[in-house]
Amino acid sequence: MTDLTVADPPAALQRRSHVNSDLQAQRVRSAWVFLAPTLLVLALVAGWPLVRTIYFSFTNASLTNLSGAEFIGFDNYLSWITLKSGRTIFRGLLADAAWWNAVWNTLKFTIVSVSIETVLGLVVALVLNVQFPGRGFVRAAILVPWAIPTIVSAKMWAWMLNDQFGILNDILLGLGLISQKVAWTANPDTAMIAVLIVDVWKTTPFMALLILAGLQMVPGDIYEAAKIDGVHPVRVFWRVTLPLIRPALMVAVIFRMLDALRIFDLIYVLTPNNAQTKTMSVLARENLFDFDKFAYGAAASTMLFLIIAAITVLYMWFGRVNVGGER
Amino acid sequence: MTLLLKTLTICAVLGAADLAAAAELSLAANTTGKNVNFMREQLDKFEKQTGHKVNLVTMPPSSSEQFSQYRLWLAAGNKDVDVYQTDVIWAPQLADQFIDLTEAAKDVVGDHFPSIIQSQTVNGKLVALPIFTDAPALYYRKDLLEKYGKTPPKTWDELAATAKEIQDKEREAGHADIWGYVFQANAYEGLTCNALEWIKSSGGGQIVETDGSISVNNEKAAAAIERAKGWIGTIAPEGVLAYQEEESRGVWQTGKAVFMRNWPYAYALGNGGDSAVKGKFEVMPLPTASAGEQPSSTLGGWNLAVSKYSEDQQAAIELVKFLSSKEVQKQRALQLSQLPTIASLYDDPEVAAAQPFMPNWKPIFQSAVPRPSAVAKVKYNEVSSKFWSAVHNTLSGDGTAAENLELLEVDLTELKGDSW
Amino acid sequence: MVATLAKRTAFYALVAGIIVIAVFPFYYAILTSLKSGTALFRVDYWPTQFSLANYTSVVSQGSFLRNLGNSLLVAGAVVAISLLLAVTAAYALGRVRFRGRSLLLLTILSVSMFPQIAVLAGLFELIRGIGIFNTPLALIFSYMIFTLPFTVWVLTTFMRDLPVEIEEAAIVDGASPWVVITRVFMPLMWPALVTTGLLAFIAAWNEFLFALTFTSSDVQRTVPVAIALLSGASNFEIPWGNIMAASVIVTVPLVVLVLIFQRRIISGLTAGGVKG
Repeated sequence: MTDLTVADPPAALQRRSHVNSDLQAQRVRSAWVFLAPTLLVLALVAGWPLVRTIYFSFTNASLTNLSGAEFIGFDNYLSWITLKSGRTIFRGLLADAAWWNAVWNTLKFTIVSVSIETVLGLVVALVLNVQFPGRGFVRAAILVPWAIPTIVSAKMWAWMLNDQFGILNDILLGLGLISQKVAWTANPDTAMIAVLIVDVWKTTPFMALLILAGLQMVPGDIYEAAKIDGVHPVRVFWRVTLPLIRPALMVAVIFRMLDALRIFDLIYVLTPNNAQTKTMSVLARENLFDFDKFAYGAAASTMLFLIIAAITVLYMWFGRVNVGGER
Repeated sequence: MTLLLKTLTICAVLGAADLAAAAELSLAANTTGKNVNFMREQLDKFEKQTGHKVNLVTMPPSSSEQFSQYRLWLAAGNKDVDVYQTDVIWAPQLADQFIDLTEAAKDVVGDHFPSIIQSQTVNGKLVALPIFTDAPALYYRKDLLEKYGKTPPKTWDELAATAKEIQDKEREAGHADIWGYVFQANAYEGLTCNALEWIKSSGGGQIVETDGSISVNNEKAAAAIERAKGWIGTIAPEGVLAYQEEESRGVWQTGKAVFMRNWPYAYALGNGGDSAVKGKFEVMPLPTASAGEQPSSTLGGWNLAVSKYSEDQQAAIELVKFLSSKEVQKQRALQLSQLPTIASLYDDPEVAAAQPFMPNWKPIFQSAVPRPSAVAKVKYNEVSSKFWSAVHNTLSGDGTAAENLELLEVDLTELKGDSW
Repeated sequence: MVATLAKRTAFYALVAGIIVIAVFPFYYAILTSLKSGTALFRVDYWPTQFSLANYTSVVSQGSFLRNLGNSLLVAGAVVAISLLLAVTAAYALGRVRFRGRSLLLLTILSVSMFPQIAVLAGLFELIRGIGIFNTPLALIFSYMIFTLPFTVWVLTTFMRDLPVEIEEAAIVDGASPWVVITRVFMPLMWPALVTTGLLAFIAAWNEFLFALTFTSSDVQRTVPVAIALLSGASNFEIPWGNIMAASVIVTVPLVVLVLIFQRRIISGLTAGGVKG
């Protein structure tokens, strides 16, 4: 997977078959035939539901009466009435403190978790990039957290973080780092930390592997040359390694960011209802199904989608990341 | 593999023996503690009696989660679940999706307490039949109170003082893990119940009054919540902020708490074979703010309703009537220490012998405080969520009770709009 | 000399730390699952008890075996269908040049960043509408939203790099594109198919939100939902022993798969991302 020198075969093919445009037309036709099932399935499973969700966000739909939804414009997002006293009251998602709290929680979670995971992932990747006996074993070991279902890791950690019977408190008490048992998931100061611990544990391996792939594409002779010139290894890392793996790093970061922004199941299992860890996804679900505010929840879902899309575009713009396109 | 084969064979035999007219029903129920085994036993009896087959669909232990699943399924017109076990507060919210049981239950309805039947009646429609009722109790360690010469506390302050004293002395004696009091303060419906009790027993009203007025922002309510805040970290582990019923029972049942607030189900479990507190505890009504006041317990309880999407409504009604019958409720009281909804069972000598606390419970739940679900109707969940968030914030040190209740009042007023 | 020794020791300490942190929670879950009764509530670092009671109780209780079967069925079907669809789509996107190709590829890719919650309401309505609610079909169908974009993308990058000569030879022989895919490319693509299939399998096996929302009976649930809802039977707190046993049961197949195919998984994980 390190081969970067292959030419674009269809281009070559096209050049040669230029004389036979019939063949090319036929290929394009069959290409569309081949694409059709996939596009159809994606349109059904993703496109249509998204359109419906956006539509519902402009209605007053309730879960028990989806078909009776009436169009109410932007009221779920923002509406205002001016009272006789002249005071204007704003309503809707954009004026809802709970929503902004969720946005803030999500952003906080995303920035902190992705930063920690990037640093730790880089460390693990640098370790794995060194030739040493047992490297394969370590690489297999770090895949374990990644393979465990989120729901299971949430349960496992909930048990380890249990305030009375959990092993983490036991370890920390034994090491003298804390003086009494900490209620990790209960305490508002530590609830977010608990979620972060679990997320970092689970997804750092993914980060490390993506970075490792980047590291392995750095040609070895660069290091040789640096060594001969007597450049300090730390300097080599900052000046040579980091710039070279930047593309891999950027891609890894964007993947993690998109995942972190929509985090749901970990929080749903670990700290449901806790205001300090309520993220946009959790809030949207709560409104959709727990409260009688289906349309409002749809508006929250739509906003979440827009925020993710906007962040992605911005990031790709500034980072000059070429994720799926051609070389 | 052999186990699988055996199961398959049994299924095949059962299938063949099934009568043509027999219906296959599904019952969605939450399964805390021994509930699931008990349910299965009763369902087996029902199957034998009627020839119908009943599948148990287990639900999440948290009632908020269970509710959203129900809502979703009912909205989907799900035909796969015939009977739903519902919390006492859900009737107004789900009434449209359940069939009217008035006609079917007219011969038995008189046996149940009228107040409970009333709670399940929405606009003249009997939405569900009760299978047991609930009113929480204060559990206390008889042995420890005797050891330190204490009497069971009548007021919250007394409770705190006794809990603190016993906790400190027990810790000195080497029992490092013991806590004075455990209750439920996770941000969920159970916190609404707990906090409602603190407030009501302090004369602070019941969040939203029956006439629809929002009463929660008052000094007495704020004081009650501040008092509870004082317990955390002193007599209650900080972890109570994440405890639901089962977590507090875990601490209690391993002998690590002097007092516990919980529902009657914990009584039978606490006297179970593997319990460290077996025979060492008693229950009493919850304390009040000042001596001599009427204790306030939140009215709980579970009911069974028949989905209007069920394809076997007759059989489903039979099942509901069976599980709410006197015999099953009696077994439930004997085995699970859950409170019957049938008045005559409180005078039953067998029940009194097995669960000595039960006869005394009759006045308590008859005067129990209902949560404002009837008045807030479909908005109740949001009211409750906002209330428990305000309380949870206060308990965990995010703002004072007075501030949070003032904010809550603003939120609730906006939620209410012109009327509930 | 001392400096290198110190360096080496520090390095291996780091390696040991990474391994312990990565594996410890899983190890602890196994440890817990082998305990029973009140021993559960005692913190131990080494195995002190070897009781299979939790395992037998999980397996015999309720419909756990059935749930395992469901997970297997759903994940298997998702892999088969998404690979079938993705291979043909990847051929079109990777080997045929046509107007709007990159845009199309980006659009497909962008589907994988949809928050599940954003489509949940609409998907729920759709699944209810076509009458597959509470069947394995509902899950197989809805899982396409995250497996399909991913498989299409990875397979496209693989396909693009296959040598052009073999395809030309086949075309000269008059082979149709379908024949080219099945006879010429498929044999070359096995490694890629195994990788993406594995990753899709793991994703489908682990999914929670859709499985929770689109099933409504014990016998239709998949294992992650079953674990989340596992409670009762034991009358002692939350049945941590059973939960841990069930967790170990669902995780072991994945860990075995990961260990066997670790090289493939790594190349699959990194393929799309770094190469694109």
